[in-house]
Amino acid sequence: MTTDPVLAVEDLTMHYMTQAGVVRAVDGVSFSVERGQSLGLVGESGCGKSSIAMTLLKLLPDNARLVSGSIALNGVDLVPLSEEEMRPHRWDRISMVFQAAMNSLDPVYRVGDQIVEALEAHYPSAGRDSMERVSELFDLVSLDPSYILRYPHEYSGGMRQRAIIAMALACEPDIIIADEPTTALDVIVQDHILREMQSIQQSLDMSMIYISHDMAVIAEVCDVVGVMYAGKLVEFGPTADVYARPIHPYTRALMSAFPSVRGEKHELVTLPGEPPNLLDPPSGCAFNPRCAYATEECRTSAPPIVKRGDQWAACWNPSEE
Amino acid sequence: MIDAQPVPATTSRLLLRAVDLSKRFPLSSGWWDRNPSFVHAVDGVSFDLMAGETLGIVGESGCGKTTTGRMLVRLAEPTDGQVLFQNQSGDLEDIAHLKGQPLKDFRRRAQMVFQDPYESMNPRRTIFDTVAEPLQVQKIGDHTQRLERVSETLGLVGLTPPSSFLFRFPHELSGGQRQRVAIARALVMNPSFVVADEPTSMLDISIRTGIMQLMGELADRLGISYLYITHDLAVARYMCNRIAVMYLGKIVEMGETEEVLQNPVHPYTKALLSAVPVPDPGATRDPIDIKGSVSVPVDPIPRCRFYDRCPIADNHCQNNDHPPLENKGNGHLAACYKA
Repeated sequence: MTTDPVLAVEDLTMHYMTQAGVVRAVDGVSFSVERGQSLGLVGESGCGKSSIAMTLLKLLPDNARLVSGSIALNGVDLVPLSEEEMRPHRWDRISMVFQAAMNSLDPVYRVGDQIVEALEAHYPSAGRDSMERVSELFDLVSLDPSYILRYPHEYSGGMRQRAIIAMALACEPDIIIADEPTTALDVIVQDHILREMQSIQQSLDMSMIYISHDMAVIAEVCDVVGVMYAGKLVEFGPTADVYARPIHPYTRALMSAFPSVRGEKHELVTLPGEPPNLLDPPSGCAFNPRCAYATEECRTSAPPIVKRGDQWAACWNPSEE
Repeated sequence: MIDAQPVPATTSRLLLRAVDLSKRFPLSSGWWDRNPSFVHAVDGVSFDLMAGETLGIVGESGCGKTTTGRMLVRLAEPTDGQVLFQNQSGDLEDIAHLKGQPLKDFRRRAQMVFQDPYESMNPRRTIFDTVAEPLQVQKIGDHTQRLERVSETLGLVGLTPPSSFLFRFPHELSGGQRQRVAIARALVMNPSFVVADEPTSMLDISIRTGIMQLMGELADRLGISYLYITHDLAVARYMCNRIAVMYLGKIVEMGETEEVLQNPVHPYTKALLSAVPVPDPGATRDPIDIKGSVSVPVDPIPRCRFYDRCPIADNHCQNNDHPPLENKGNGHLAACYKA
């Protein structure tokens, strides 16, 4: 691992301007990803984890405002770049595996042609070589090369997800963001794909950001994990540390609510309440209305950062240790 | 909190017995197609469900778990086989082909909770209308009595105070609250049996536990039996007294939940369990690789449905019909010649 991170995100804030008001989808998020490292972003619906992905790629809808922060990809800040200047970075250096595997391929084009399209947008002179590149990619993701000239409807769900991974790998990016890459898949297929993604990542020495609601998936594939709540990172650190000794009460609540098929059958503890509305998040720590440890200062002021080794959390009343 | 240990069935009274239940869907190309192919969605499934018990049906997409559930509450009519359901006088009655009034009477006793709380409710109807609909259909009570019954049921599912929910619309509620409304709608008739089809798979983890806990409490308090359909073995572990693992329309393994999860016998169950990720970065898993992927059982060859993918299949498996579900000890049933 080099000391220069592939991706360094600093104080990233992104708001959606809606008729109902300003939605603080990403709120002062900072993290970095080293070469060859895989980062997991875990959290519930609406916590801003997918919004981060879209912000990193600058694929934002018209009503989104990148309010502040920087996104340094190999040292180049993407934030001030225009759409035209962004083009050589997007897909070439940073690409994405999208969530809805069923809908992210165009049904009327052959899968191979769709990958060629992505390739030729970046290497217009590739010509005949691009078809060879597609068969290399198919090989890499364990897809039968006879499927290159077939249409998405002829693929099973798992094969489509593999094709999408192939597409993300097409330009050999430095980092891939995988947004719920296996959520719609059955468990055996999920397992195959996750293991393949891990081995591809290692063999190409690529960085990954996995975005998931599934604590178990993150535990298996990520070196580092960030827990998100209400648009903010509330805890961050090496996966083993965060899972073994969570600092933030929300991380602990997620752990104790998550069932496992193996090991001790611990009691599942219900977290009261519902995630906050990001139009009007609670003052102080956004988790305070649901937190068993909340005190007066949690309701009034933003929580301080508590550090423990490489692990940190934003909390007024962190777990004792 | 959800009990760490499964609650044993309070009584061993038989509530429901599925006998050789099958559902075949024709893949017909029109009326002139004299020999249409059939998808054998559910194929000769038999099990008992005791009063107060929760039986889990687990399996991957397309294994027939939802079709099985739909047949038990007669949202689908079985092609073959019987569904023996205990009627008011305590006798077993075959409900597989009921029609008219007897079917309507049966619906008072068996209800269903669907997966998606965003899709399973009419957005133009208030919570009261939604929950009271079964009462209206069954012509039970007048408006005041229905209001009272609906309020009571909303309280039961934790939507309190009920008056603040009665005249709201589904879009005003969160996913967890909507699923509570869906449960209230199923319970308003006071059924003895509820089929819950992935009731928590659309919900966030912090909300999911609350719904699981609620369903467990209701089973204890009201003596409801559930058929709990899920693809998530970890959820089944917490919700079910027994589980049945389905593969391509067949039950391949069935037994006490912990017994099946700790000592799986069937090669499919083993592979399935070995593929489930564990929320513990220190845990090591030894995934069992199986070939191919789940197919669609169109006119399946009379042999073990898992034969093509099975790591231990031999000639005997190739040349014989699908193996019967047999006791492999500890009341643990499996359909495998080699196990």
